[in-house]
Amino acid sequence: MARKSKYDVVVIGSGPGGLAAAISAKKNGAEDVLIIERDLELGGILQQCIHNGFGLEVLKKDLPGPAYAQLYINEALALGVETLLDTMVLDVSPRRRIYATNKRDGVLDLEAHAIVLAMGCRERTRAQVRLPGTRPAGVYTAGTAQRWVNVEGYMPGKRFVILGSGDIGMIMARRLTFEGAKVERVLEVMPFLTGLMRNYVQCLMDYDIPLQLRHTVKRILGKDRVEAVESVQVDEHWNPIAGTEEIIPCDTLLLSVGLIPENELSRKAGVSLDPITGGPFVNNEFQTSVPGIFSAGNVVHVYDLVDWVTEAGLLAGKSAAAFAQRERESEIRHLPLLPGENVRYVIPHRVDKESLATGDVRLQMRVKQPIEAPVWVEVRSGEKLITRKGEPYVRPGEMVTLVLPSKVYDEVRQARELSLAVVGR
Amino acid sequence: MEEETRVICITCPKGCALDVTREGATVLEIRGGGCKRGQEYVKAELADPRRMVATTVRIRGGLHPLLPVYTAAPFPKGRIADLLAELRTLELRVPVKMGEVVLKNALGTGIDILASRTMTRLKEKNGEM
Repeated sequence: MARKSKYDVVVIGSGPGGLAAAISAKKNGAEDVLIIERDLELGGILQQCIHNGFGLEVLKKDLPGPAYAQLYINEALALGVETLLDTMVLDVSPRRRIYATNKRDGVLDLEAHAIVLAMGCRERTRAQVRLPGTRPAGVYTAGTAQRWVNVEGYMPGKRFVILGSGDIGMIMARRLTFEGAKVERVLEVMPFLTGLMRNYVQCLMDYDIPLQLRHTVKRILGKDRVEAVESVQVDEHWNPIAGTEEIIPCDTLLLSVGLIPENELSRKAGVSLDPITGGPFVNNEFQTSVPGIFSAGNVVHVYDLVDWVTEAGLLAGKSAAAFAQRERESEIRHLPLLPGENVRYVIPHRVDKESLATGDVRLQMRVKQPIEAPVWVEVRSGEKLITRKGEPYVRPGEMVTLVLPSKVYDEVRQARELSLAVVGR
Repeated sequence: MEEETRVICITCPKGCALDVTREGATVLEIRGGGCKRGQEYVKAELADPRRMVATTVRIRGGLHPLLPVYTAAPFPKGRIADLLAELRTLELRVPVKMGEVVLKNALGTGIDILASRTMTRLKEKNGEM
């Protein structure tokens, strides 16, 4: 299980984008890869998309969503990708620190050489399409209903109206019909179908579910529970046409009215977002505006096909692994300077070993406590003394300077860190 | 007597519309559509329409109370309701592995019903067993 505090690559989210990124990072040389997932299992939304049609492009197979996810889950686990399930990421910093929480560990504080954001997208809700009327129970997004019906085993109603002719809406119309519900109507405000024609045929036509284009919900009726919706036709400017209203009795209204990339964490990490896509600005490696923070899948822009999300994840994971490797190399090359006995801080915080090959490096520090007697200012690598300098006394108000001479280059090349101490002579 | 019908092909995401002239059960002419698969689809659709079916089956002992399943091949359209009724009577037990047959030769059609995912006992993690 994940108990390390530092990873080469951390992936946030385990949908198709996150799984592909983790697999690809591992295959491209990342030493340890961790996926953080807020759900109890890997796979993301694919687990509730039980209909087939996934994988035609990338796998040349026609699979249901859970099967498509399972193939990538199996591959990730076989490669040794670590997972933290049932864990919510609360914050990501531009320095690639991740704060997360779960029931077992409380608060987790992790560091990563590279991060892949793969949080996917969210459905537009009633508030975002401003549907007038009362606020009874029985108004849900299509994806929420899909989760209940396909995963948790709840039917959210008996008589449905679906607003929006996107693929999720049409697929849910068929699914609800399979489970014994009556789908009274699918309403679409646009003058054309917004999903695929094949889904119109096999989800709506096959089950005689009427579709009305240029129609929307004018108002929701019902006190505690939806009792009906009032539909209305709209003109070419989307204005309701008076006299075309119709009361459609139903107990549930499902909304299939668009998806928005989910970028709460990206924003916290200081990632710049494109106001048009709602996702991060990215380069051809899917790196965001923050170095070392990559993004993959619907968190960038909403894709038509899962296959393309997988491809984006593979590329982002590869880029993250390459970045992480450069960070690792840089860490080996740079020596951290740690304040030891009676040293409050040292500047610089780290030294490029190679710069010692060509010249001296000046270190400056302040002591914690005054010592009014001769002292040594020592630089050590573990127990081994690298260099030292005598001072007649030290005081916190007077900065101490010490030169790390070029001649110690060979000695510190193998060192992992140096510590500084001010001790009595 | 000749009859005109329009059939929308669902073989691929393009969704071509094909116009068919037929006399009784005999297809006289198919017009439109971009490929051979469309012609085949129309003939099959008029003679013996079939659909891929994906649904869920009850399962005990796993993370969720339902296991997603699907038909190994397109299923006769007229018998989908019977298939769903049959699947509603099933109750499985974990563990089940992706691709495992959960109902063999459904309704005598020769078509198997397969598990869409692996579901292990609740204590284990999902994934490969």
